[in-house]
Amino acid sequence: MSDRTHITLTVNGEPFEAYVEPRLLAADFLRDEMGLTGTHVGCEHGVCGACTITLDGVSARSCLMLAVQLDGGDVRTVEGLGTTREMHRIQQAFREHHALQCGFCTPGFLMTVGEILDTLPLRDDGEIRDALSGNICRCTGYDHIVKAVRALVNERDGVSDP
Amino acid sequence: MMNFRLVQPKRLVDINRIAGLGRIEKTERGIRLGALTRHAEAARSELLAENVPIVAEAMAHVAHVAIRNRGTVAGSLCHADPSAEWPLLVTLLDGEIEILGGDGRRTATPAEFFLAPLVTDMEETELVTGIHLPPHETPCGMAFDEVAQRAGDFAVVAAGALVRVEDGRFAEVRLGLGGVSDTSVRAAALEDALTGRPATAEAIEASLALTVEDLEPNDDVHASAAYRLSLVPVLSRRVLGRALERATA
Repeated sequence: MSDRTHITLTVNGEPFEAYVEPRLLAADFLRDEMGLTGTHVGCEHGVCGACTITLDGVSARSCLMLAVQLDGGDVRTVEGLGTTREMHRIQQAFREHHALQCGFCTPGFLMTVGEILDTLPLRDDGEIRDALSGNICRCTGYDHIVKAVRALVNERDGVSDP
Repeated sequence: MMNFRLVQPKRLVDINRIAGLGRIEKTERGIRLGALTRHAEAARSELLAENVPIVAEAMAHVAHVAIRNRGTVAGSLCHADPSAEWPLLVTLLDGEIEILGGDGRRTATPAEFFLAPLVTDMEETELVTGIHLPPHETPCGMAFDEVAQRAGDFAVVAAGALVRVEDGRFAEVRLGLGGVSDTSVRAAALEDALTGRPATAEAIEASLALTVEDLEPNDDVHASAAYRLSLVPVLSRRVLGRALERATA
């Protein structure tokens, strides 16, 4: 065990500890060692956004971090949003607006949307597209994703859907 | 770099938790940004918004939300991509890079620091601890813009300008360009030519041909050298024009 590092962290509200190889990617740790396979690994170099999680309340690419860097952190993954029976409002909106096709990119989009709804005005679809530009959907289903986010923004702002 | 297997370090030191490396503060010499200042923090900083508003304007072009949350000023400088925003900003603002090594502290100007694409004059035992942005005379106007293939991509060409006007004439003109050379560069010929001229859009227009003098950009997968050269006057017109408007507003 001597070549492993002890880390403690909170994942989706629950405390965990683990011994990890220093070279292990945070994304691989979440998927392979914690079994949280909702975090997807697409490009493995920080471009596609599928592996987006939040660390201490702000979004991060889990493929650009090592597991040891999660030590002491508060991690949220897509599993922390909701379940198939009790979906998070963002997940519901994606479902209502058919905002996923193959679904591979969806966890990353959901995590990003959670952050931008809290931090950005998202006044028009251009701003929504700009805020989502760090997540790639290779099915190219962007129109429906933007519609889902527009609905969420309208809800947030108390605006009725046009 | 590690994800691409371009570097495979035997040892890696995480500086993320070093207290005090991430502050943005006013100093006797201007504004100091600690090495760990995140792009998102720089974009939100009131101190920077008041003194160097071009920073927030440029940060909007740095990658995407999740990257801006984690990526740092020093990380961008040390990566030394000639298309990146921070190298261009320190070049435009005559910033200084603060370096700590076994032999103590030193500072480097952008011209000393950036040697070639992805190459700096850092020794293996050195660490960038922050940057200094010196004060500039006010009132002045600044503007930043870039063309990239997709939002958040590295710029094909990026441009930043600082303009100061006195008595209807350009008292100071700075134009920085990224993506057109081995490092970020200043358009010295244009700066010299415009200084002292009437502060008008026509004067800017007449000087634009000077922007491409001495530039020898490379062809790469993102854009041809010819396309990059064609963007230089377009972006220069835009940022100089906007900076002039803001300088006289």
